[in-house]
Amino acid sequence: MKKRDFILIGGILLFALAALLAVELSKEPGAYVIVRVDGEETARYSLSQTLTADINGGTNTLHIESGKAWLTQAQCPDHLCIKRGMIDEAGETITCLPNRVTVTVYGTETGVDLVS
Amino acid sequence: MANTSKSAPRRVAFLGLFIALAMILSYVESLIPPLVAVQGVKIGLPNLVIMFMLYRVGSREAITVSLIRVVLVSLLFSSAMSMAYGLAGAALSLSGMMLLKKTGLFSPITVSVVGGVLHNIGQIAVAILITGTKQLVLYLPVLLISGVIAGVAIGICAGLLIKRFEKLRF
Repeated sequence: MKKRDFILIGGILLFALAALLAVELSKEPGAYVIVRVDGEETARYSLSQTLTADINGGTNTLHIESGKAWLTQAQCPDHLCIKRGMIDEAGETITCLPNRVTVTVYGTETGVDLVS
Repeated sequence: MANTSKSAPRRVAFLGLFIALAMILSYVESLIPPLVAVQGVKIGLPNLVIMFMLYRVGSREAITVSLIRVVLVSLLFSSAMSMAYGLAGAALSLSGMMLLKKTGLFSPITVSVVGGVLHNIGQIAVAILITGTKQLVLYLPVLLISGVIAGVAIGICAGLLIKRFEKLRF
């Protein structure tokens, strides 16, 4: 290991940590989720409701309750999407790569000032 | 070919051995339960074989073994869909590692780190293309950090192997 090795590895780590910080700081509460299958939007649900819905003809089951969304059932070998747990902040995504399903949280429409 | 003096059957046998080893390591890795619930966070055990081959056998052989491993492993242990992720990751990571090694400026650990990081970048790029969800890029920082940690671990092991087999010619 020479000095340039540490510079390159340190540079990658520094960039990753800065990006991680930026992602964490820019988080805002979510308002609704968009379900995508094969890259196409198939459903859009508000987070302010309680519901259970099948995705992609039943390969995955989505549950929304008290402002959070999570998957309760998945027909794939690893069940990583269920282990992912609850999501409730804009930008967070549950991914099921084997079934090509994603559930992404979106915040309130940008440019709309809710306070005034 | 780097070793024209060696007979063809010997080369074929060794390539088969390396492919089998890389496949076994893929399988072993699939048995390790995920530490983080983010897809793509893994150690990258098969990269141990690829790193060793890059330094001790040859780039062309490393590409061959990497390609065959991805195709066979996705057909045997997972879906054909995972082949797209695997190929994108493997292609990007191998090109990066070969370029970096060619400069001769960096240690195997750094080459392995760049390989791990590029592998994760390739996989997330394909995941964004297939799922049409741009937001997946937000998981890149976590994957970069895990790629660096995994790359260092594999790089240290690969470095030891490369040193031990200095006088062996395949």
